[in-house]
Amino acid sequence: MPEPGLYHLLFISAALFFIGMFGFFTRRNLVTMLMSIELILNSVNINFIAFNKYLWPNKMDGLFFVIFVIAIAAAEAAVAIAIIINLYRSHGSIDVEKAEELKY
Amino acid sequence: MNGSTIIFYLLASFTLVSAVLAVTTRQIFRAAIFLLFTLIGVAGLYFWMQYDFIAAVQIVVYVGGITVLIIFSIFLTQQAGDLLPKQKMSRQLFAALASFCGFALIMLQVYQHTFIGNATQALPPTVANIGNKMLGVDDDGYALPFEVVSILLLAALVGCIVIAMRSKPEENIIKQ
Repeated sequence: MPEPGLYHLLFISAALFFIGMFGFFTRRNLVTMLMSIELILNSVNINFIAFNKYLWPNKMDGLFFVIFVIAIAAAEAAVAIAIIINLYRSHGSIDVEKAEELKY
Repeated sequence: MNGSTIIFYLLASFTLVSAVLAVTTRQIFRAAIFLLFTLIGVAGLYFWMQYDFIAAVQIVVYVGGITVLIIFSIFLTQQAGDLLPKQKMSRQLFAALASFCGFALIMLQVYQHTFIGNATQALPPTVANIGNKMLGVDDDGYALPFEVVSILLLAALVGCIVIAMRSKPEENIIKQ
C-alpha cells in the first residue's frame, strides 16, 4: 500500500461527503437527515485540514476555517433539534413526509 | 510500509465503514452510535495529521456535544424498538447512483489535478500559535470572525430556547 498523502485524505473526504449525501437522499426521518449533514460537514473539515497540512503549512487559514465550521455546526445542530422537537410536538412525528403543509 | 501507514489505513476504513453503517442501518439508535464512531475516526485522522487541537475540539464538540444532543432528541421523539420505515428500492438505487457518479466525477478531477503548494518554513499548529492568530487584530488575525461566531452562538442559544419553549395554554386557546 502506498504512503498516505493529500490524495488519500481527499479520497476519504469525498467518500464521506457522498455517503452523507446518500443518507440525505434516502432517509426520511429528520434526526437521521441531521446526522447526514454532520457527516457532510466533517468531510469538509477533513479537506480543509488536509490542504492546510500538505499545501500551505506556513499558514493557519484552513485550521481556523475548521474551528469556525465546528462552532457553526454546533449552533446549527442545536437549532435543528429545537425545531425537530417542536415539530414532534405539533405533528406527533418527525417524518418529513408528514410535514408537508408548506408544500402546496 | 511503516506503523503510521498502517494506522492511517485502519482509521480510514474504520471511519468509512461506520459512516456507511450510519446511513444504512434501520435502527435509529444504532445509526447515532455509528455516527459517534465515524466522528471518533475523523478525530483520529486529525491526530494522525498532528493537528492535536482540532482533534481535541472535534472530540469535545462533536463526540461529546452534538452526538449526545442527537441521542437525546432520539429519546424524545422515537418509540423504543421502532425500525425506520423501509424506503422504496428505486429511491435507494437512484440515490446510490447519484452519489457514486458524483464521487467518481470528483475523484477523476482530483487525480488529474496537480496541487502546487508552498512548503516553506512550516508554522506548527500549536495552541500558542492558534491563540495568537485567533485574537490577533493585525492583517491575518481572526479577532473579528471570532467575535461574530460568539454572537452567532449566543443568538442560536436564545433561538433554541424560544423555539423549543412550550407556549402557554391560554394563548393556544385564543389562537384556536
